[in-house]
Amino acid sequence: MQWINTLVQGILLGGLYALYGTGLSLIFGVMRIVNLAHGDFIMLGAFMSLLVTSMLGLPPLISIAIVVPVMFLLGFLLQRGILNQTIGKGLMPPLVITFGLSIIVQNVLQMGFSADSQGLDAGALETASIPINDQISIGIMPLITFIVAVAVLAGLQLFFNRTKVGQAFRATSDDPETAELMGINSRQIYALAMGISFAIVALAGILLGIRTNFAPTDGPARLIFAFEAVIIGGLGSLWGTLAGGIILGLSQNIGAQINPTWFQLAGHIVTLIVLAVRPTGLFARTRDS
Amino acid sequence: MSFLSVDNINVFYNEFQALFGVSMTVEKGETVAIIGSNGAGKSTLMRTIAGGLIPSQGSIRYDGADTAENSAFEMNRLGVALVPEGRKIFPSLSVEENLKIGGYSNRAGQWTLEKVYELFPILKERRNNGGTDLSGGQQQMVAIGRALMSNPDLILMDEVSLGLAPIIVNEIYTVVRQIAQTGTTVILVEQDVNRGLKEADRFYCLLEGKVSLAGNPADVTQDQISKAYFGL
Ligand SMILES: Nc1ncnc2c1ncn2[C@@H]1O[C@H](COP(=O)(O)OP(=O)(O)O)[C@@H](O)[C@H]1O
Ligand SMILES: [Mg+2]
Repeated sequence: MQWINTLVQGILLGGLYALYGTGLSLIFGVMRIVNLAHGDFIMLGAFMSLLVTSMLGLPPLISIAIVVPVMFLLGFLLQRGILNQTIGKGLMPPLVITFGLSIIVQNVLQMGFSADSQGLDAGALETASIPINDQISIGIMPLITFIVAVAVLAGLQLFFNRTKVGQAFRATSDDPETAELMGINSRQIYALAMGISFAIVALAGILLGIRTNFAPTDGPARLIFAFEAVIIGGLGSLWGTLAGGIILGLSQNIGAQINPTWFQLAGHIVTLIVLAVRPTGLFARTRDS
Repeated sequence: MSFLSVDNINVFYNEFQALFGVSMTVEKGETVAIIGSNGAGKSTLMRTIAGGLIPSQGSIRYDGADTAENSAFEMNRLGVALVPEGRKIFPSLSVEENLKIGGYSNRAGQWTLEKVYELFPILKERRNNGGTDLSGGQQQMVAIGRALMSNPDLILMDEVSLGLAPIIVNEIYTVVRQIAQTGTTVILVEQDVNRGLKEADRFYCLLEGKVSLAGNPADVTQDQISKAYFGL
């Protein structure tokens, strides 16, 4: 029974990792940029929610309505103003810039909120759970996170397959030069992609902040989990990222069940095994999914 | 004032100069062929007119506007569509999505998805296939149909016959003539010189990045063309 509980928690944790991974994978898929500040923007989302909730006295879940649009705009402007300048200049310039941004975001958060751990206060919701039987209970927050992840992925799939702009995303990802010949402004598409990535990251940060305490320097660790979910699931596959997140969450929880200090280690080992056996990930797409 | 006038342009790929003082004019409704051997600069000229490359010197005027500095997406919105060399079908889009994305600029005109399917009925049958799952000839039809979906006033076709069986080439050129007959201005690049000259009202021959001969196909001799083509 203890094991079943471990598995259920692991699967639900995968929802959070899928949210981490989706934005990263989207950015890489559309413009071949690796955003090293991705984890720090997750923390920025959490701290922004902290600010909004303390200033306006709103519950953290309601702060989503403010933080997500603001983060979307921030991502859009970051791409428009800075990262678009590096397009077509190779892999290094965006790596250097996002590495710098990572440090800047951490420092700004430390100046604004001190280096201490903080939490978002969602009241009873934080610890509420649905008891299944004596040993198994499903936490409300992990469940909400998982449902949000599935909803985000389904929304993205609809967007990519059913909307004109979504199809322009796919065309730009395939071949930006030819996409421009179709009347698509690739720089606009890149800015939108970064905006969407930031919006998802904001959601992840807020959900994370309700579940656990967080500090300004937690970003890089979150970035690792995002990478691992994407590596396991395979780049470019939306549902693969969810599967990757679930496998990561399961590995960590099973590892911790065997020995509490093995939580992260088990996830890293599974990621390395996938990299060795199937470098493209378990669910990499060759064609649009 | 010509519909399109390219005046004395130089075009570089980084340090490498591909076009040297190229000039050409195209009148509304004309079909103009650009011929020349491999590497002469034909595709470079087409990409530059379509906004994919910016000339370092010289001017381009299209439909009364200075467009030398325009990007490709802006030129598409102004009614210039390029059928690129090698077709460049989007692999992650279906046949129908490839066609629809061609209409991204929402330009009004006679071409709709249904009209393109009338022109190429086989594409309707295969509309849910992946864009690159088709034969070479069918992919070329997708590339042409995709360009038509933007309802261009000027359509640029770069080697649409490359690698296709003669019977398919005939089919493609029947369509090219139909497109020209609707009043669309056509510039086509052909490696098959006879085909190029046969289809066009006028032609330009490029040699090592320069115009080596231009005129009316009826007014030039085989000998003049050989000289302009091979630089002998
Ligand atoms: N992307 C590129 N980068 C560098 N050089 C190029 C590129 N494309 C073409 N060239 C060079 O420019 C010259 C003209 O090429 P191109 O316009 O493709 O000729 P054509 O279409 O007549 O065969 C060639 O020498 C070719 O090698
Ligand atoms: Mg060429």
